[in-house]
Amino acid sequence: MLDQYTGVGVFLAVGALFVAVTLLAGKLLRPHNPYPEKLATYECGEIPVGEGQIKFHIRYYIFSLIFVVFDVETVFLYPWAVVFEEMGLFGFVVMMLFIGTLVEGLVYAWKKGALRWV
Amino acid sequence: MDFFSAMHSGLVSAGWPLWLANLVPPLVKALILLLFILLNCTFLIWMERKVAGHMQRRMGPMRLGPHGIIQTIADVVKLIAKEDVIPAGVDRWVFVLAPIVAFAPAFAVFMVIPFGPNLIAQDLNIALIFIAALTSFVVISFLMAGWSSNNKWSLLGAMRASAQLISYEVPLVISVASVALLAGSLSLQDIVRAQSQSFWYILVQPIGFLVFLTASLAELNRSPFDMSEAEQELVAGYNTEYSGMRWAIFYLTEYANLITFAAMASTLFFGGWSGPGLPPFVWFMIKVYFFIFLVMWIRWTLPRVRIDQLMDIGWKGLLPLSLVNLAFTGIYVLLR
Repeated sequence: MLDQYTGVGVFLAVGALFVAVTLLAGKLLRPHNPYPEKLATYECGEIPVGEGQIKFHIRYYIFSLIFVVFDVETVFLYPWAVVFEEMGLFGFVVMMLFIGTLVEGLVYAWKKGALRWV
Repeated sequence: MDFFSAMHSGLVSAGWPLWLANLVPPLVKALILLLFILLNCTFLIWMERKVAGHMQRRMGPMRLGPHGIIQTIADVVKLIAKEDVIPAGVDRWVFVLAPIVAFAPAFAVFMVIPFGPNLIAQDLNIALIFIAALTSFVVISFLMAGWSSNNKWSLLGAMRASAQLISYEVPLVISVASVALLAGSLSLQDIVRAQSQSFWYILVQPIGFLVFLTASLAELNRSPFDMSEAEQELVAGYNTEYSGMRWAIFYLTEYANLITFAAMASTLFFGGWSGPGLPPFVWFMIKVYFFIFLVMWIRWTLPRVRIDQLMDIGWKGLLPLSLVNLAFTGIYVLLR
């Protein structure tokens, strides 16, 4: 069972190493000539104003909160989908009640205007 | 596959320690798949430019090789030889790690994709969760790249991209769950077998496929949902400060994800490698390339939507639609 998952580690390692090796190999070929103007932050050719890590709007946070609710739901959906046929009508009704509860939350957020992007 | 178990037992009998011998078959498979991805991405970048060209009644690249076929290779050579500029203001570690976090999971997904009845690196029984988990790493890499760049465009692009990705991830995952419901399994190989014994799931999942296709376009940051790198507004989005090979890795990841999407679409809804006459691998590649072409076609047909429209489509359109589809799929499976 566990040796199925050695592949996961190997694949992730190969992917990471591929990036590292390409960049290191390129280091032998490419020029390296930095000067302050070249290393300045890009802002359409102007001298950058203020810091780059600016504040961003709260709505990103609201959307990610709603996302977390539904993403956790999908984690429950998958095991349910596998054993669905064995559970029959009972499993269906229970899952529909669960999803219905979450949809109620979605409708609430919708009515409250949390889904509006202004 | 027999070849790999023979390789494994051969290494063990040659006196290799077991843990080391266990690592060799996945390593060989990983290198083969890496080669496969690199070759296909090289071809796809050329194909994208040709498709774009011909759809606008241009020729696209024509200079290098017949019909510009080795244009991408020339581009890669240029990119390798380009100076790697890391701006002074960046958060260096995060900046350097972001392309790795982008590429490694996008590559590892190929482990569970069935190219044929026996042609699969590892048939995990939780393949769908595995894919859903690894593809969502893209959000982290975008945020890493955007935040560490210390650039306003990068940060805005990354925030938009992650808002878009998380919004469309939910309908995407739910539409895939409907397919898992039909097949009663999360293994991609089982799903293909179930379809080759009955029928392609597109016949009972037309709405599910529509949701899957739309959400995938958004997940791929493809037009009409290419909000995160809207050139007219955000320069290049999250990768504005990246240059040379470091930028090329993001580009490569994008095309690897495109292949993953096409493979998923054909595996989940169009019978994967199953088909009459031709060898399974050929059927699979035909389907994959059809979906890749479809995505390129859509890109040069539809204009970009606005960000508020994008969020509306995701939360108020696709999410309820995918939930209704899931409920009807459940009823269908009960009555089957």
